[in-house]
Amino acid sequence: MSNAGSAPIKIAGLTGRSLVVVLLVLATTAALPLVLSNYQLELATEMLIFGVLAMSIDILSGFAGRTSLGHGAIFGVSGYVVVYASAQAGFSPAAAILLGVIAATAVAIIFALLAVRTSGVYFLLLTLALGMIVWGICLRWTQVTGGENGLRGDVRPAFLAGHRAFYWAVLAATTVVSYAMWRFVRSPFGLTLLGIRDSESRMKSLGYNVPLHLFIGFAVSGFFAGISGALYALFNNFVSPSTVALEQSVEGVLMMIAGGVGTLFGGFVGAAAIIALENVVSAYTERWQTVLGLTFIVIMIFAPDGIIGALRAILPRGGLARERYKD
Amino acid sequence: MSEPILSLSDVVVAFDALRAVDGVSLTVPRGQRRAIIGPNGAGKTTLFNAIAGVLPPTAGKIAFDGHDITRLPPHRRARLGVSRTFQITNLFPRLSVRDNMVLALRGRSPRKFSLFGKSDVDGSEGSQIDTALEAVRIAGRADVMVNDLSYGEQRQLEIALSLVTSPRLLLLDEPAAGLSPSERSMVAEIIRSLGRDITVVLIEHDMDLALGLVDRVTCMFEGRVLVEEAPDEIRRNKKVQEVYLGRPRHA
Ligand SMILES: Nc1ncnc2c1ncn2[C@@H]1O[C@H](COP(=O)(O)OP(=O)(O)OP(=O)(O)O)[C@@H](O)[C@H]1O
Ligand SMILES: [Mg+2]
Repeated sequence: MSNAGSAPIKIAGLTGRSLVVVLLVLATTAALPLVLSNYQLELATEMLIFGVLAMSIDILSGFAGRTSLGHGAIFGVSGYVVVYASAQAGFSPAAAILLGVIAATAVAIIFALLAVRTSGVYFLLLTLALGMIVWGICLRWTQVTGGENGLRGDVRPAFLAGHRAFYWAVLAATTVVSYAMWRFVRSPFGLTLLGIRDSESRMKSLGYNVPLHLFIGFAVSGFFAGISGALYALFNNFVSPSTVALEQSVEGVLMMIAGGVGTLFGGFVGAAAIIALENVVSAYTERWQTVLGLTFIVIMIFAPDGIIGALRAILPRGGLARERYKD
Repeated sequence: MSEPILSLSDVVVAFDALRAVDGVSLTVPRGQRRAIIGPNGAGKTTLFNAIAGVLPPTAGKIAFDGHDITRLPPHRRARLGVSRTFQITNLFPRLSVRDNMVLALRGRSPRKFSLFGKSDVDGSEGSQIDTALEAVRIAGRADVMVNDLSYGEQRQLEIALSLVTSPRLLLLDEPAAGLSPSERSMVAEIIRSLGRDITVVLIEHDMDLALGLVDRVTCMFEGRVLVEEAPDEIRRNKKVQEVYLGRPRHA
């Protein structure tokens, strides 16, 4: 890690020391159920699930340079399908999860077909509008979605019913998914997304079909958001229009920004910070949205590179900051 | 040497009412070095954009190496071997020099679609990158962030990115723009050392630099070809002198 100041993208594999850090973080998080209360453990589970959502958004924001406000909808569609498939259609939990992730990926593919030729604020607004359509469908298609009442169903298999067992299962899934996302952004394909972020016109003149790369990037990102949504369905046993609403997308984006755009694992830091804050705040006031907005302004002013970025600036070169976020 | 590698017939590129390129016909034989000169706003860069595919022509036809490429998008033309540099530096500023080169190299290889594979540079990629960086004389800077390069080095990288793919047609848009005299002569040296298997079209304002490098010169003015001659003749050409002295006659 002596070369921490150089190209952040070029770290090909885990070196000896970062491997130790990864194992330490995993051991610590795996030991949490031994010290936390059930309630705190639920919060930790939620942090892991939303960390995955924030990371999936970061694949597009931090790497392809496009911020999506439609990922809450992709996440929520997965949740709806998982609950519907298991509680109404009688599928096994595994099959329901699979269907949920497939549905989310399909929605992401539709979004991608429409959005890949745009960038900047147009991309933002187009994904926002597409997300609103999904929200509208979930609200109005009452026979299937239950409308405003949402869908309830016990999705979790019996062996995951306990708080601890479920936490460990989510931790294991999160670890695998995080590793996959890390490999993805560091792959030759991931590098092409960084190229698109920096200069689309140069990429085209080098022979890249830029919309095709964005399309694949969006679909992969949606796939991961779908996994996060499926985990959420298992966690919550309930989905409603608010699961697919704009607030969900915004919260995912804020978690990603709070952690640090382009840091990938910052997603967990951001999710943890915002979920913790939400909990503290809700003890004192009902106005969580206001507090969230204010928090966001404070982050933008004092730590525009997110918590990871701020830590990196404060801690000495090659110090912990860089290794922490690798989870 | 029979068939020309590039031929344009009556190419027009219009921005609303402005015909930035107004009926240009041009034929470049294989291996030739061709300069395109002309005053500011003559339509030189726009012509490059039409050849590279950034701006599809409003009218006319463009053929490259026997293919009609008039309607092909830029990435497809790149895959046929058309490569270009930009008048305004256009690099990947937040990546290292090596990653810039890797992206340039993989634009035409299927490895760009490896979704979960290792991004490491393999042996043949590594040697191609080293060769191109040596050719533009920034071999020692591979691990530096592009943002941290000097302007001159960025211009050198600009050329390296378009060279590393072994293109068949190289379009250089004012490669020496904004450089010091010593840097300019280095750029001239880089261009001179290119192999004859590459056809080079060079836009350049500096007549001394351009005329010393090329076999033939096309002078553009107000979107049209004013004259096309050998370098020596261009120096003496009255029309070219007038255009450059800013006393154009209006036809
Ligand atoms: N995208 C565009 N939209 C509208 N007008 C344009 C566009 N690009 C170029 N033009 C206009 O077309 C004309 C030709 O521009 P071009 O950049 O091709 O000139 P040039 O010969 O490259 O000049 P220079 O030597 O200054 O680079 C100019 O009048 C310019 O303002
Ligand atoms: Mg120009």
